[in-house]
Amino acid sequence: MIKRVTFRNRWLPYLLLLPQLAVTVVFFLWPAAQALYQSMLVEDAFGLSTEFVWFENFEELFADPLYLEAFLNTVVFSFSVAFVSMSAALLLAVMADRTIKGTTAYKTLLIWPYAVAPAVAGVLWFFMFNPVVGILAYVLRGVGYDWNHYLDGGDAMTLVVIAASWKQISYNFLFFLAGLQAIPRSLIEAAAIDGASPFKRFWTIIFPLLSPTTFFLLVVNVVYAFFDTFGIIHATTEGGPAGATQILVYKVFSDGFIGLDLGGSAAQSVVLMAIVIGLTVVQFRYIERKVEY
Amino acid sequence: MAELHLNGVQKIYPNGFHAIHGIDLDVTDGEFIVLVGPSGCGKSTLLRMVAGLETISDGAVDIGGRVVNQLEPADRDIAMVFQNYALYPHMKVYDNMAYGLRNRGMAKDEIDRRVREAAGILELEPLLDRRPNQLSGGQRQRVAMGRAIVREPSVFLFDEPLSNLDAKLRVQMRVEIKRLQRRLGITSLYVTHDQVEAMTMADRLVVMNGGRAEQIGTPIELYDNPATTFVATFIGSPSMNLLEGTVAEGGVSVALDSGASIDLPDPRPELAGRPVTLGVRPEHLTPTADGSGMTLRLDLVEQLGADTLLHGHLDGDERRLVTVRLNGHFAPGQESVRVAATSAVHLFDRESGGRI
Amino acid sequence: MVENRPYLTVISHLIVILGIVITVMPIWITFVASTHPIEHIMDGTIPMWPGDRFFENYATVLGSGVADAGGIPVGDMLLNSLIMALSIAIGKIAISLIAAFAIVYFDFPFRMTCFWMIFITLMLPVEVRILPTFAVVANLGMLNTYVGLSLPLIASATATFLFRQFFLTVPEELAEAARIDGAGPLKFFKDILLPLSRTNIAALFVILFIYGWNQYLWPLLVTTDESFYTVVMGIQRMTQAAESLPLWHLVMATTMLAMIPPVIVVVVMQKLFVKGLVETEK
Repeated sequence: MIKRVTFRNRWLPYLLLLPQLAVTVVFFLWPAAQALYQSMLVEDAFGLSTEFVWFENFEELFADPLYLEAFLNTVVFSFSVAFVSMSAALLLAVMADRTIKGTTAYKTLLIWPYAVAPAVAGVLWFFMFNPVVGILAYVLRGVGYDWNHYLDGGDAMTLVVIAASWKQISYNFLFFLAGLQAIPRSLIEAAAIDGASPFKRFWTIIFPLLSPTTFFLLVVNVVYAFFDTFGIIHATTEGGPAGATQILVYKVFSDGFIGLDLGGSAAQSVVLMAIVIGLTVVQFRYIERKVEY
Repeated sequence: MAELHLNGVQKIYPNGFHAIHGIDLDVTDGEFIVLVGPSGCGKSTLLRMVAGLETISDGAVDIGGRVVNQLEPADRDIAMVFQNYALYPHMKVYDNMAYGLRNRGMAKDEIDRRVREAAGILELEPLLDRRPNQLSGGQRQRVAMGRAIVREPSVFLFDEPLSNLDAKLRVQMRVEIKRLQRRLGITSLYVTHDQVEAMTMADRLVVMNGGRAEQIGTPIELYDNPATTFVATFIGSPSMNLLEGTVAEGGVSVALDSGASIDLPDPRPELAGRPVTLGVRPEHLTPTADGSGMTLRLDLVEQLGADTLLHGHLDGDERRLVTVRLNGHFAPGQESVRVAATSAVHLFDRESGGRI
Repeated sequence: MVENRPYLTVISHLIVILGIVITVMPIWITFVASTHPIEHIMDGTIPMWPGDRFFENYATVLGSGVADAGGIPVGDMLLNSLIMALSIAIGKIAISLIAAFAIVYFDFPFRMTCFWMIFITLMLPVEVRILPTFAVVANLGMLNTYVGLSLPLIASATATFLFRQFFLTVPEELAEAARIDGAGPLKFFKDILLPLSRTNIAALFVILFIYGWNQYLWPLLVTTDESFYTVVMGIQRMTQAAESLPLWHLVMATTMLAMIPPVIVVVVMQKLFVKGLVETEK
């Protein structure tokens, strides 16, 4: 936690910490405390008076079918993104790891979508699925499916899941590939000598050994889908049609900045913070376990 | 160049752990002192207190007539060689050596003169433009030495500087360091856990155990007159044999608990009847031709070429392993051998382990 | 692989290549669309091969802007993105380096309090405390400023945490040797610790540059003045242009321009990027 030998100085460490602490307090701790406080306030329509109402906002929140729907959407969205992007990445990583020649080149070709902003990823797929000009919508029409994410909630959800997964594949690919390359060759060779086919080797040896990576990525992907995908939603469906792609982060924004329901939005922020803290604890637990490895 | 004095130096950590229990040591100018002991005995802590890397809880450290307790390491006029060398990995050899001098604001040509001189002494001239990761272990060790030399300090501090080298290089560097220290005549404090290194390098040794100095003396003093059973077994390889017994009537011999008896070279009538621990070094036990002495039942014979080590148990004592060291060869196939202590028998108090 | 099964190797290559094709396809389509006149896109036969309007389209978005699509010159937005990404990357690295240095190399009252105050922010992404943070920035008069764009995103503890982890792996003896060599804390920091942190700084720079460049929600909130728009949010403004259908060819050209800088950074600095990615998640 600290060096055995430390420098002695009365004021220097505080001076060094000052910028970080100042920014942290002003832009993190104070707003977070504000969110907590506001989540217990109700403001009238004209912003003239406020009333402290304890947990009323939370009660309202969880009684609100729209919020519950957003919650459900978020869960569906997050786990779909995690599942799609992780399975695609795992398949690609296993295949790239098999091809001794070209692994590095493949890596370069697969990692760059990480650099694409979520909002831009959304726009790319939004364009390709655009019912009027999009090539994929055109292809789907050709096979008899009338794609329209402006009208169909399922189409819209599929669109944002694809866009969000596409961007995340490169991240998962890198970690899976690193995990695969860390598996001792001798284990796989031993399994081969024991007569296990490549397919069997994957499910009985490689996949179990990858489970720490898989679990870690699951948490990271869920966190990503919960919080980092605001841009994808906002730049494409804007939560629609009819709230079909309204996820929690988007609802905080739309209720707060468009609906101007400060108390309700703050209460939603607090719920999100609780979720983040929960996920972070899970992740730390995992890191502790990893240390024991 | 200077004298170094430790007066009642103690170290108590904030958590209450008493690491050093009051050490007194007077080092004369140019002397080479080795602090030796098992790991955790406090030898490194003591060295680091002299360096100024650990605070001093009580007592005084005096370098060249100046109490340095409150001084920063850089102001104590010392130089230190670390176990892992602690070379700055991003600096060239030259800059590693010059860094401390630059920090003191020394003139550029004086720095250059000193670095080149040290490099000459240590044969580092061709390596001055290399970085530490381009050097071998022995070369890094020499750069670490060079960094200490250029400062021309009053005291050299060495913290197990050879323990990261392989056995052959260790012996070579041991000689090199000792020769260098003689040549420069700089007072030195050297920490090691290796008793051979300690014996071969030291002018005087400090054997430490549990934060205390068990004995301070020249290698020969420690070998010939160990003050405690701890020193007796720590110094010398293989270790001294310790046997329980009682001093016989008239103090001329010790009756061992195993039943055998060992004569004392100098009679100790005042100890008659007292239970003692008797110590005798493996090299001071020799086989007898006439069948006198004790029976050693052999478990293992190690042929080292020049020497032979016999390991076994004395008749009547299944517990203590006894080692005998012979010059030359030993005819194989024998199950037991008669041995006697020729000279140099040490007596220690059974309770305290102190010499009597 | 362990045994020799050529057909499996061929299949592996094919699957990876298929994956790459699927990954690259959106970019190809985007690029193609950005080189055609709008009529080619709108007439229903989607082109698969680049057209002849590359220079015109890109000159339009970079230069005069897409005024009729509600946009502003992309060149300005790119500059804003660059300023924001660099401020965030450099600012974050600077303050977290010195904060981590203080926490690891000094012992002082309230050290652990400071530590936890900083590290609790690991748990508070900007999205979840968006309203009150916006209020703070508004009250400080930082709306429509570069400071307002970057400063609130600088504080998060990830970089501090990374440097702390790295400093803890620096051998103790280096600091001790430096002290014996007469280097005070600041000299040690400048002469020893900073040079040793070079690769970590570079790796983190890549990650943070991309993080900053790709910010979306925050610039959306704090910029109402078009001259502070960043390119990523600017695209959204162009697709949502209310009065008419989006000018897709120009939107796609802008999208290409928005992607190029971070993608170049990732591909060129691939090694550092991977290192940074793995270490920030440790």
